[in-house]
Amino acid sequence: MNLAPLVSLKNVSKTFPNGVQALNELHLDIAAGEFLSLVGPSGCGKSTALRMIAGLTSPDSGAINWREAAAPDIGYVFQDPTLMPWATIFENVWLPLRLRHVSRADAAPAIHEALSRVGLADFTKAFPRELSGGMKMRVSIARALVLRPTLLLMDEPFAALDEITRLRLNHDLLALQAELGMTVLFVTHSVYESAFLSSRICVFSQRPGRIVQDIPVAPPSLRDESYRASSLYIETCKIASQALESVMNEAAPQRATQS
Amino acid sequence: MTNVFDRLIPTLVFIALILGWEGAVRLAGIPSYVLPAPSLIAQTLVKDWATLSASLWVTLRITALALALATSIAVALAILFAQWRWLERSFFPIAVILQVTPIIAIAPLLLVYLEPGAAVLACAFLVAFFPILSNTALGLASADHNLRDLFDLYGASRWQEMALLRLPSALPYFLGGLRIAGGLALIGAIAAEIAAGAAGQGAGLAYRIVEAGYRLNIPRMFAALVLISVAGVLIYVALEGVSRLLLRRWHESSRTRG
Repeated sequence: MNLAPLVSLKNVSKTFPNGVQALNELHLDIAAGEFLSLVGPSGCGKSTALRMIAGLTSPDSGAINWREAAAPDIGYVFQDPTLMPWATIFENVWLPLRLRHVSRADAAPAIHEALSRVGLADFTKAFPRELSGGMKMRVSIARALVLRPTLLLMDEPFAALDEITRLRLNHDLLALQAELGMTVLFVTHSVYESAFLSSRICVFSQRPGRIVQDIPVAPPSLRDESYRASSLYIETCKIASQALESVMNEAAPQRATQS
Repeated sequence: MTNVFDRLIPTLVFIALILGWEGAVRLAGIPSYVLPAPSLIAQTLVKDWATLSASLWVTLRITALALALATSIAVALAILFAQWRWLERSFFPIAVILQVTPIIAIAPLLLVYLEPGAAVLACAFLVAFFPILSNTALGLASADHNLRDLFDLYGASRWQEMALLRLPSALPYFLGGLRIAGGLALIGAIAAEIAAGAAGQGAGLAYRIVEAGYRLNIPRMFAALVLISVAGVLIYVALEGVSRLLLRRWHESSRTRG
């Protein structure tokens, strides 16, 4: 068994052109198969870390090392469903394959499988605006799954959804991870959401972001609503909340001024 | 019921306005060489239909041709601008200069260099060109940021991003520009025809107005004017129809609220 992390961020720093220092000397190892949540105040750099892992932005200094020679297939889910409004659900899920020159016919089985996994097999011909917010988010997840990614990056995917939809999607996400065995990196504001989903939680400081507390929870498992009554869940919430509270009481974030 | 009412009221208002015009002309005894009554304009339309319809056809054809040329060249240019920023920085200001110089001032110059027919086409093209170019360029630059990230993540080539993301994003902007350009192309064609005036062999509607003006045939001027308005409305309705057809399945503008 290979125990090297799937990906590790070493001494990663990033300052944006407007002078805001998003990350400062961040260390983060992500093990294969874990469900890791990043929790922290707004603007603490957790999304920036996610974008770096996806290769959408590069660090000013430090390194991102993959276990394999090259980055594996990555799925990315944004806070908004980010669907193409002019394309059908089928065509939206086809996109990652289409960009790799897989024809409509060749892609069809994978698209139908991905849509079945999120419970939308009957909606291939619909347009995004005909779906509810929760259904759009499911399409967005199906699109991320269609390449069978090794790593799924999720940037506050359920933040804009209502409570009931969110709980259901939380449960479905755990089921998908159990079935597909992928690694999930999940950014959220919610301590409770992270405690329900995660096998490990990293609490970020105020900007510039670094990890103030690394909370191992339990191996990934298919948890149901009864888990919310377990002492493990309650204890996890308590530890994470305390860590987050101490972070929030820190001084307000400052601009990078050292020369 | 409300639907019938909604359609009925504007129709009645329109008819009332025409009747008011007719009544005012008759009651005040305004001579037809000052202001012809609508009934006389209608009679003139019927009487001179052979000449006027031929001219209507000429004007419509030139406008449509100018619009087609402007659309293909402006869209091609907007795509090139989006791919190479230095192209945009070099050529967009020139397009702006052409746009802000009134067409009526350029027309006499074009008439020096070109045959009257070609000059009219060039004028209509020039005014139709810019709204399509600027709207399409804006649309191509307005693609959703997260979607662009997604295309980057999946290693899309710049032409894939153009075909699958930026062009569809630009479609509503392009159609908005096209609708404005349709009306402007007609204005350009009419302005150039009037500038070409009696000297030209142009047989478009504007030429008929100039010609009728010289002969003090005011009812015929009005009849030609009515046809120009009809041409404008036809172009607008046609482009509106194209726009609705292309956007009805997905765009917010085609959503019915109730």
